[in-house]
Amino acid sequence: MSKKIGDVILDVQNISLRFGGVKALTDISFNVREREIRSIIGPNGAGKSSMLNCINGVYQPQEGSIVFRGQTFSQMNSRQVAEMGIARTFQNLALFKGMSVVDNIMTGRNLRIKSNLFMQAIRNPFGIGGAQREEEQHREFVEHIIDFLEIQAYRKTPVGQLSYGLQKRVDLGRALAMEPKVLLLDEPMAGMNLEEKQDMSRFILDVNDEFGTTVVLIEHDMGVVMDISDRVVVLDYGRKIGDGTPEEVRSNDEVIRAYLGTTN
Amino acid sequence: MQTTFPRLLLEQARLRPRDTAMREKKYGIWQVTSWADMAQLVEALACGLHQAGIVRGEHVVVVGANRPRLYATMLALQSLGAVPVPLYQDAVATECIFPINNAEVRFAIVEDQEQVDKMLEIRDRCPQLTHIYYDDPRGMRNYEEPGLHALDELVASGGVFATGHPGFFREQIELGEPEDVASLFFTSGTTGNPKGVVHTHANLIDRARAGIAFDRLTAQEEVLAYLPPAWIGQSIFSYAQWLVAGYVVNCPESSGTVTIDMNEVGPTYYFAPPRVFEGLLTNVMIRMEDAGAIKRAMFHYFMKVARRVGPAKMSGRPVGLSDRLLYALGNVLVYRPLRNSLGMSRIRVAYTAGEAIGPDLFTFYRSLGINLKQLYGQTETAVFVCLQPDDQAQADTVGVPCDGVEIKLSEDGEVLVRSPGLLKGYYKDPKATAEVLTEDGWYRTNDAGIIDAQGHLRIIDRVKDVGRLKGGPYDGALFAPKYVENKLKFFSYIKEAVAFGDQREKVCVMINIDFEAVGNWAERRGMPYAGYTDLAQKPQVYELILECVEKVNADLSEDAMLAGSQISRFLVLHKELDADDGELTRTNKVRRGFIGDKYRVLVDALYEGRSEQFIETQVKFEDGRTTTVSATLKIGDARTFSTMKGAA
Repeated sequence: MSKKIGDVILDVQNISLRFGGVKALTDISFNVREREIRSIIGPNGAGKSSMLNCINGVYQPQEGSIVFRGQTFSQMNSRQVAEMGIARTFQNLALFKGMSVVDNIMTGRNLRIKSNLFMQAIRNPFGIGGAQREEEQHREFVEHIIDFLEIQAYRKTPVGQLSYGLQKRVDLGRALAMEPKVLLLDEPMAGMNLEEKQDMSRFILDVNDEFGTTVVLIEHDMGVVMDISDRVVVLDYGRKIGDGTPEEVRSNDEVIRAYLGTTN
Repeated sequence: MQTTFPRLLLEQARLRPRDTAMREKKYGIWQVTSWADMAQLVEALACGLHQAGIVRGEHVVVVGANRPRLYATMLALQSLGAVPVPLYQDAVATECIFPINNAEVRFAIVEDQEQVDKMLEIRDRCPQLTHIYYDDPRGMRNYEEPGLHALDELVASGGVFATGHPGFFREQIELGEPEDVASLFFTSGTTGNPKGVVHTHANLIDRARAGIAFDRLTAQEEVLAYLPPAWIGQSIFSYAQWLVAGYVVNCPESSGTVTIDMNEVGPTYYFAPPRVFEGLLTNVMIRMEDAGAIKRAMFHYFMKVARRVGPAKMSGRPVGLSDRLLYALGNVLVYRPLRNSLGMSRIRVAYTAGEAIGPDLFTFYRSLGINLKQLYGQTETAVFVCLQPDDQAQADTVGVPCDGVEIKLSEDGEVLVRSPGLLKGYYKDPKATAEVLTEDGWYRTNDAGIIDAQGHLRIIDRVKDVGRLKGGPYDGALFAPKYVENKLKFFSYIKEAVAFGDQREKVCVMINIDFEAVGNWAERRGMPYAGYTDLAQKPQVYELILECVEKVNADLSEDAMLAGSQISRFLVLHKELDADDGELTRTNKVRRGFIGDKYRVLVDALYEGRSEQFIETQVKFEDGRTTTVSATLKIGDARTFSTMKGAA
């Protein structure tokens, strides 16, 4: 079972990010190839989420640039990022708790809905204006995601009533609804039990495999990271201290000292 | 008229081509397969399977959940004279080895990746298994095993073949005879290897018809197929009777959506084992506890009315005017909405079977106006042996013999059955066949039963578990441990019970309290407790259980044959019986013999008349660690009652 890893799709070059006097990231460079699963690991406060936020356009780094599919950006803008095909999930979940699973995932289709507010206002069962038909097409797409993530039993359940593990799955579903080229996952397995972690790992591998989506992943669970990643970046205190395949990272002395702990 | 399943399919496709044969929920929408579509799909599959090399008489395993294409596959196999062997989709890989080798299976047709993985895992031990087809391509893109194909390919190539050979399909069907083997069902033996039960088309169709005639089922019925297709009951309800009656079978979206799907479908003909009915009731009760005070009061008031009036109404007995009006009001306010939320609004006939159902549970559904009944049957009898008529449904019987069935009791109380639905034999096992089929055509059920004055059969236990008392006032009386245990377990406070009495002068019982129910009971009384062991030893809890035991005794004393099984002494165990400690089987049945040995000191204390006994037990946790719990258990006497109708 070998998948085709392509050329560099996302290249992070010399990124530095400061909050006042606090250096969150210092001169970070790494790249992500098409169709690979790339993990970013590091101890708490190492700058993992900040890194993701820079790619995602939530933070604006003071230095460095990001090359995405050949285009160079010194700053990303989150709407633009989404339009270019980068979707993300959130560490602390940012779902609409009172809305149903279907509606939450539907929000992921937002950028792809073409009919404007006026057309939607005259939405009618006769299909005049096409808003109705368009909505049905998006709804159908959402159904495929529901099927893929095996959450058929919760379609109409308000997200706030679901277990944490299921909410994480809905969060992933919403990101997938954007049909992204690159998926940024911020600790998709935090707070999950073993079984939920196994399920989530399988979904990530399936997304990567079946849709050819490139995945950038932040994760604390080393077992998971080593199992599913193609390459791993290690951050510590905002600096990059390791980069390579799971085996290379595992045997890197600096990484062992900083992250895995030493016994001397 | 004798026929076969494929001929029935053609008949249905001719009678009602545009009508719905099956529905399956996919992508949130019920997708319909009409009878004409079904016949076409079966033709394509049959041609494809023929091209792939299936020969008349060979066995083919089919593994998966209820899906239209898997049922179509079974029909396609039968069209070619091959024999589908459905296997349980949740069986582990190694459990599939025996059936596959026993039936010399070359072809496996499975639902999805999970089942494919299982087949690939055991392939080295089943060298003749060369062809595997899967229905759902999800996750299969990187599999490059030899002989592994998508069912889609088979349908496509078969479709082409069918166009080129338009008469082939029907010719093949005409070659099939009613006395040919239709299916092989493997039953899990409690000991040794599973046995393949051989049924012919004639067997299964005869029983399907008997059931349809008994309940006057029509082509308008809606059935939800949610139990494993490898279980003969599901095969009867969603295959044999489906083809005979021409009704609609609905396949749920996934195992997790069954409740939602049931609500949407609103089945008219429904089967569930008692535990499903129990689960639904518990759900209702929990939701009612959370409801507002007015709703709750209304619910409890009208449920009382229902319990008083409903059963009589259901059985067609006369009911007073005021009760009739109250019930009608209750129907509008409570029963109808409740039936609706259970997905049971349209049920005409619902059955339960497989194990004993508690009288309260049974009455609950009937009093709501749901026609819940019991039936009796086994894999070997193609299900239908006894059924309850609509107006004679009771919790403790399994009904009267249905059309074509004769029953009688052997000397040791075993139920013997003669019926056109009896198995042809166990596959390749003449010895086992001879053990269950007598020369004059009776089948030994291995169940001990009683036939009551109204001609209803009552099952009390497995024959091998039924014992005799020895000495004491009831010397030689029948002792049916499971019957006693079940009666105890019908109380919500009692989780498990283990009855002893074979070859002894009286019956003694060990009881496991239901931690949740008793814990709740204790909390409502402001009774503090520190955990299971502590709660189980409370004198008040002992009194609570004593009441239950004495009620069971009163009940048993009414039956001359079972009066000897009244419980003389009992104790409440300090730990929960657990499969991890070997005390229960993996299906949560008590292992009486093992428990008797493990807690020998307790058994001795019960019979020696001691009033308490110290016990220390090792407990194994799921992660393998062990610890010990110890307690001094109280042992007391329970009141027994003299027999009303004289001892047997």
